[in-house]
Amino acid sequence: MSGTFVGMPAFPKAAHDAVRDTTLRANLRHATHTIRDKRAVAVAELADWAALREAGRQIKDRTLHHLDAYLVQLEEAVTAAGGTVHWASDAAEANRIVADLVKATGETEVVKVKSMATQEIGLNEALEAEGIRAYETDLAELIVQLGEDRPSHILVPAIHRNRGEIRDIFASEMGEWGRPAPDGLTDRPAELAEAARLHLREKFLRAKVGVSGANFMVAETGTLVVVESEGNGRMCLTLPETLISVVGIEKVVPTWRDLEVFLQTLPRSSTAERMNPYTSMWTGTTDADGPTAFHLVLLDNGRTDTLADEVGRQALRCIRCSACLNVCPVYERAGGHAYGSVYPGPIGAILTPQLRGTRSELDASLPYASSLCGACYDVCPVAIDIPEVLVHLREKVAERGGPGHRLEKAAVKAAAWVLDHPAALAAGERLASRTRALHPKRLPGPGASQWTESRDLPEMPAEPFRDWWKRNRT
Amino acid sequence: MSQTSRDRILGRVRRALAEAPAVREPARAYLTAHAPDDPAALLDLLHENLADYRARVHRATEGELPALVAELLDRHGAATVAVPPGLPPAWLSATTAEQRHDEDTPLTPHDLDGTDAVVTGCALAIAETGTLVLDGGPGQGRRALTLVPDLHICVVRAAEQTVASVPLALPRLDPTRPLTWISGPSATSDIELDRVEGVHGPRTLQVVLVTDA
Amino acid sequence: MRVALFATCVNDAVHPATAVATVRLLERLGVTVDFPAAQTCCGQPQYNTGYRRETEPLVRRMARAFEGYDHVVTPSGSCVAMVRDNYPRIGRKAQAEGRGDAPAEAASSLVPRTYELTEFLVDVLEVTDVGAYFPHRVTYHPSCHGLRVLGLGERPRRLLEAVKGLELVELPGAEECCGFGGTFAVKNPDVSAAMGADKLRNSLSTGAEFLCGADNSCLMHLGGMLRRQDAPQRVLHLAEILASTEEEPFA
Repeated sequence: MSGTFVGMPAFPKAAHDAVRDTTLRANLRHATHTIRDKRAVAVAELADWAALREAGRQIKDRTLHHLDAYLVQLEEAVTAAGGTVHWASDAAEANRIVADLVKATGETEVVKVKSMATQEIGLNEALEAEGIRAYETDLAELIVQLGEDRPSHILVPAIHRNRGEIRDIFASEMGEWGRPAPDGLTDRPAELAEAARLHLREKFLRAKVGVSGANFMVAETGTLVVVESEGNGRMCLTLPETLISVVGIEKVVPTWRDLEVFLQTLPRSSTAERMNPYTSMWTGTTDADGPTAFHLVLLDNGRTDTLADEVGRQALRCIRCSACLNVCPVYERAGGHAYGSVYPGPIGAILTPQLRGTRSELDASLPYASSLCGACYDVCPVAIDIPEVLVHLREKVAERGGPGHRLEKAAVKAAAWVLDHPAALAAGERLASRTRALHPKRLPGPGASQWTESRDLPEMPAEPFRDWWKRNRT
Repeated sequence: MSQTSRDRILGRVRRALAEAPAVREPARAYLTAHAPDDPAALLDLLHENLADYRARVHRATEGELPALVAELLDRHGAATVAVPPGLPPAWLSATTAEQRHDEDTPLTPHDLDGTDAVVTGCALAIAETGTLVLDGGPGQGRRALTLVPDLHICVVRAAEQTVASVPLALPRLDPTRPLTWISGPSATSDIELDRVEGVHGPRTLQVVLVTDA
Repeated sequence: MRVALFATCVNDAVHPATAVATVRLLERLGVTVDFPAAQTCCGQPQYNTGYRRETEPLVRRMARAFEGYDHVVTPSGSCVAMVRDNYPRIGRKAQAEGRGDAPAEAASSLVPRTYELTEFLVDVLEVTDVGAYFPHRVTYHPSCHGLRVLGLGERPRRLLEAVKGLELVELPGAEECCGFGGTFAVKNPDVSAAMGADKLRNSLSTGAEFLCGADNSCLMHLGGMLRRQDAPQRVLHLAEILASTEEEPFA
């Protein structure tokens, strides 16, 4: 594992290996089924879940519709509260801004709160190139960082690892980064968490710069919100002198009151809790409490392109709860790495091709990484119709006619002609029925061989239905 | 450079939305609260939900509070306790633990790391979710105080400070203050999605619900 | 009441027994069924693979073929889902792209009249006991489109529970996708097969003789895997169970 997604193969090829990795399959199955069952219980506690989901959808849609106004309002409020707002068009610009801000403090290390946005832009690698070391402090991110691995889940980035693997990583790698793991470390989760506590505590206590993302930004008040469980977020947001938050522009909500919806739907959807252990809210800087300098980097990096797509823009409603991953049968078998992005699973399959485009073979394969079963849409707390967007993106990929799609398009056109000519269709059906004794169970060639690799072809009937009808009912 | 990007991003947003159909005001058809109005039942719910997330919950009258705080500090072997400005002195009147006041010379992160416990009040408590909210007001202190010591004893004045739900909590909070919402002790589910209590924040959260009788 | 059978392309060509069973069942319940010969395919495979415009002629054909019928009944949840969920989208997009109102009109004409078989039985005919006889152990897989897009809910189960002699056994993980997913099965064959294998493991664990469903596309995938494994279980469409009687038992 290289710690980067660059050069990954297309989804089906990456999934081919993952499906055969029995340890990975077992880890994923256990974890996703555990959390999906808990989520169902947490959601069932609220009689008004459907209304909360609908309100969340509408608030996000309205926000996106007036995004320019809310971003300007947010900027004013953050500035008035003592913060500094920066705007970054793309990953390179965001990384440049953060690196310069860190350098201006004279520091060479930063502590980080788990953040999708900074992973998306590859901030850690960019800082490393500038001689700045970024320490991930979320337990799962620490596991990923120490293992030189890649995250495979939005909420639980090390979901693909079981306790034994985590123990081995801690025992061999912690010493390279700071305080080594205690001798005789076992694979008990409580002991592993304790090892992480000891390893990171010294980093928290000496940190001068913290880097975070945010779950929400309130335009009306300039307040940023980070929800978390472990307290590493609070450490990074509170103890350093300088705080830099990199946040996607879609994370803004108009009013303070709007949080009443998302603070109910997010915890129940993500960790299946009534409320996550810790939520931090801060508005600019506060005298004698927390960082004395606060920088907010507003990140575009493909979001405005996504916003321009009438069907696809609903992906920007996402609050990164990861409920869709935990119910997805494809994610469960293929694992998060196959999606080749920090955004795996169903939401990744619609977000990544929109943020990055579909020029690479991998990105063009993502909209097809779904059986369209619809379980993701059912659990989405902001009602993103993921199957609708998947099909919409397939259309864009097919239209461009990339590798494999030209032939497919010709076949679809031919089939469409036959299906629009029932007499031709009937003739074809009859031919298939009459030659059925000659049909093999396995077939070569694109499409057919993939089908017969694991399944027999259906046996052809003696006659098509339309002939039965003609003989018996007319 | 940043100014250009600002204009570029805002311009892109406006172009992206140029033909988007109008969107109406969000409907808020959800409930204001899921919990009963009755104060006693609300307190029971708060108690139950705090305990469900592994906070240890106690009830005491104002008069019983000092002895209970002393006992809780003692039970955890806490020899030192951080004291936020504005904490009612009576709360710590019965303890023999060394009191470290975070006043004229603020306690450094290292000082806090070497302190066993912290005692605070709170701004309010949310029954439905088992959540305590601290806003840095008197008796609560700055955010680091309730983060670094391993034991947090939080006192809730049940009658005035308990609300049923998140929608009822937000209007009572001032967003310009730094807010910390706490629902149980620090926890993680990062290892096989099994919940483990205690990572970086206080591993023990003791909550005292102060009632009249 | 003029009722048309929409057999679907898969049933017409590959599983005519399901369409025949649907006809016999409906006729037994006193419904006069017609089969308009102009029908072909709802266009779902094309649409879901990204060929929306190529689907439009089929949308128009569906509307023409079923014009004038009060009810269009089909033994395929996913084809009904295509009509109900996607035809309006195809119509709106065609209008937005300036390519006429025909698809939108086809959608608004077909959507309120198109029924999945169990919907038609339970909601329109208001029957759950259709007088069927099927003395076998059966487990039921509620396909995704029937379950989540149409919300068929308890309808299939209520129909099966009323079948004389039938022992219905719970399918573990019933709500999970079987892995067919149209062209997903060939575009992502490994994941598709892994999903199918898990579905079959659950299905075989019930000890049922028959794995019943209301969508032959899913059953084609699962049945193909069962045959490849030589497993002691067969797939069978719900319509064929409901058509079976003591006088004319399922052969």
